[in-house]
Amino acid sequence: MLIIDHERCTLCKLCIRSCPFGAFFVEENLLQVNESCTLCGTCTNVCRFNALHIERKLASSEELAKYKGVMVWIELDDAADLPKPKKVSLELLGKGHQLANDLGEELIAVVLTDSEAVDLQTPGHYGADRVILCRHDLLKTYSTDGFTSVLCAVISSNKPAVVLYGATPHGRDLAPRVAARLKLGLTADCTGLEIDEKRQLVQTRPAFGGNIMASIITPYNRPQTSTVRPNVFPIPALDDKHQAVVENFTVTLTKAAIRTRVVEKNYIEEGCEESIENARVLVAAGRGCQKASNLELLRTLACQLGGGLAGSRAIVEQGWIPHTQQVGQSGTTVGPELYIAAGISGAIQHQVGMSSSKTIIAVNKDPEAAIFKLADLGVVGDAQEILPKLSKLIEQDVQK
Amino acid sequence: MKIVVCIKQVPEVTNVQVDPETGTLIREGVKSILNPFCEYALDHAVRLEQEFDDVSISVISMGPPQAKDALLRCLELGADEGILVTDRKFAGADSWVTALTLAEAIRLTVPDYDLILVGKQAIDGDTAQVGPEIAEILSLPQITYGIEVGLSSTRKQVRVKQEVERGYEVVEASLPALVTCSKGEVVRRAPSFLDVLNARKKPMRSVSADDLRIPAEELGLKGSFTQVVKVFPPPGKKCGRLLQNLETDQAAAEIFNFLKEKRFIE
Repeated sequence: MLIIDHERCTLCKLCIRSCPFGAFFVEENLLQVNESCTLCGTCTNVCRFNALHIERKLASSEELAKYKGVMVWIELDDAADLPKPKKVSLELLGKGHQLANDLGEELIAVVLTDSEAVDLQTPGHYGADRVILCRHDLLKTYSTDGFTSVLCAVISSNKPAVVLYGATPHGRDLAPRVAARLKLGLTADCTGLEIDEKRQLVQTRPAFGGNIMASIITPYNRPQTSTVRPNVFPIPALDDKHQAVVENFTVTLTKAAIRTRVVEKNYIEEGCEESIENARVLVAAGRGCQKASNLELLRTLACQLGGGLAGSRAIVEQGWIPHTQQVGQSGTTVGPELYIAAGISGAIQHQVGMSSSKTIIAVNKDPEAAIFKLADLGVVGDAQEILPKLSKLIEQDVQK
Repeated sequence: MKIVVCIKQVPEVTNVQVDPETGTLIREGVKSILNPFCEYALDHAVRLEQEFDDVSISVISMGPPQAKDALLRCLELGADEGILVTDRKFAGADSWVTALTLAEAIRLTVPDYDLILVGKQAIDGDTAQVGPEIAEILSLPQITYGIEVGLSSTRKQVRVKQEVERGYEVVEASLPALVTCSKGEVVRRAPSFLDVLNARKKPMRSVSADDLRIPAEELGLKGSFTQVVKVFPPPGKKCGRLLQNLETDQAAAEIFNFLKEKRFIE
């Protein structure tokens, strides 16, 4: 229930302009709210006078059963000319489709954009039954306030049972904000999602740096929300006969509601390196690389194999490579076809970020290094000596 | 100007072992440390204190009584006061209840805060959720993954260089605001003997459940929206070929042949 503190309310009407459902009106010089209110919480955040509060009660099981369907936030890759869904969003559609089938309910994709030319076919081809399109000029680039407000409106009016987000920087910024606004449970970095016999979502995730797995449920409120790291679930098969119904969602958003401004952008774009998240081959450097100049040799090897250079937290914190190339729990989760670990001991935090790589080669001086337990091929020795030799062999092979 | 830094004491997870029989964590003998990302948040706060006049830093932590050690470490590193939010009723809190409890404790103890800094995530739970959830509960603008935290000359705005997927962005917000922090280029000064002595003279407050305006059923395990139903060891890992005692040339040739065999080299 929305509670209006009339003593604090100055009738500035910012809430009226911000409400996605047009639920506010003024009567006898007092702010009032009608039954269109979905408790999406946009107004409580824009109010500068702390005059609006939402009281939420724990729902009964009958009320919980009213929440239906699996919703996936489709994060768009804005680096492309035409905004298209990120790889992780497709992975989520695959998992979401399974969950929706188990529940016998629909899979809903939500797209937030300013673009007229956004790709709305792909979510359908990957299993979505319905695409909710939220289009507004202020959704051109990601903002916490803008995206939270719109997504909360979509969730509170559609009432899905499950909402999934990619655990990307934006996903991890957005999901807890939405969860706190709607008072929802949220489980981060799930590696397993299943529906149990009570039709609840069972979320499995690593904890304590990956030393232990925990299965988590959200028994008292809906939707149940989770973030999932990229490269954890496979991309489903494309079915271009499967079409989704596209539905427009009316967005009300004001500039005043967005309280952050991006004043400078500085993107890293390097030669043969694409983002490590999507790379087919990665050569990853660890503490064993001793100095920054040694990385060039590894970069050469990576380029020869058609891949990119990555690294552990140790060398990112040394400032030898940018954070965008960090693999592990506090960096990116990768899943390349080939992962070559050079001088990486394989702390569990690192393993969490790369263990789903298809083929792993490890070179390390320490025969006891944990990384060898994961490797398809382990070589005990100095990566700085062995890998440049390998580069030479490849070079000679190409010339033949 | 008042800065609040939220910190967490965590087990040093690199040394955590799992009991193979019960599948639970062996906590005995595991050292507790100040979460590294919380320490980075404090580094950013200390830098602001050095750059601007009249800045005070309060560090706040929710945890068992021994979390006081982590607060003390922050006082040694330059914070001005410690606030320990501790009560048996807080035990078992998920990220939502933790955020609710901390937000309420901040309202109570430092109601006139300007800036809240937190680590981007804790190395035990790794959820990265508590920061944004505190920001939402307090209706603050948030900026995540900050590596440089600066203030405008009027001190009305915070300006943050943040890590994004493709590089960096610089983002501004009006104060009060919340920033989650990663490691920046701040040089940390190791505490001197005098810092260690002085830290013990700095004020340390304690907040219990009775001090907060939150009903008991909304605290700790009872108030949590998520419930852990099962813990188990991670699935077994594959173990491939391990080659030892090879000459460098031989080792390179072995890897080369492996790559050929797997068709990574055509």
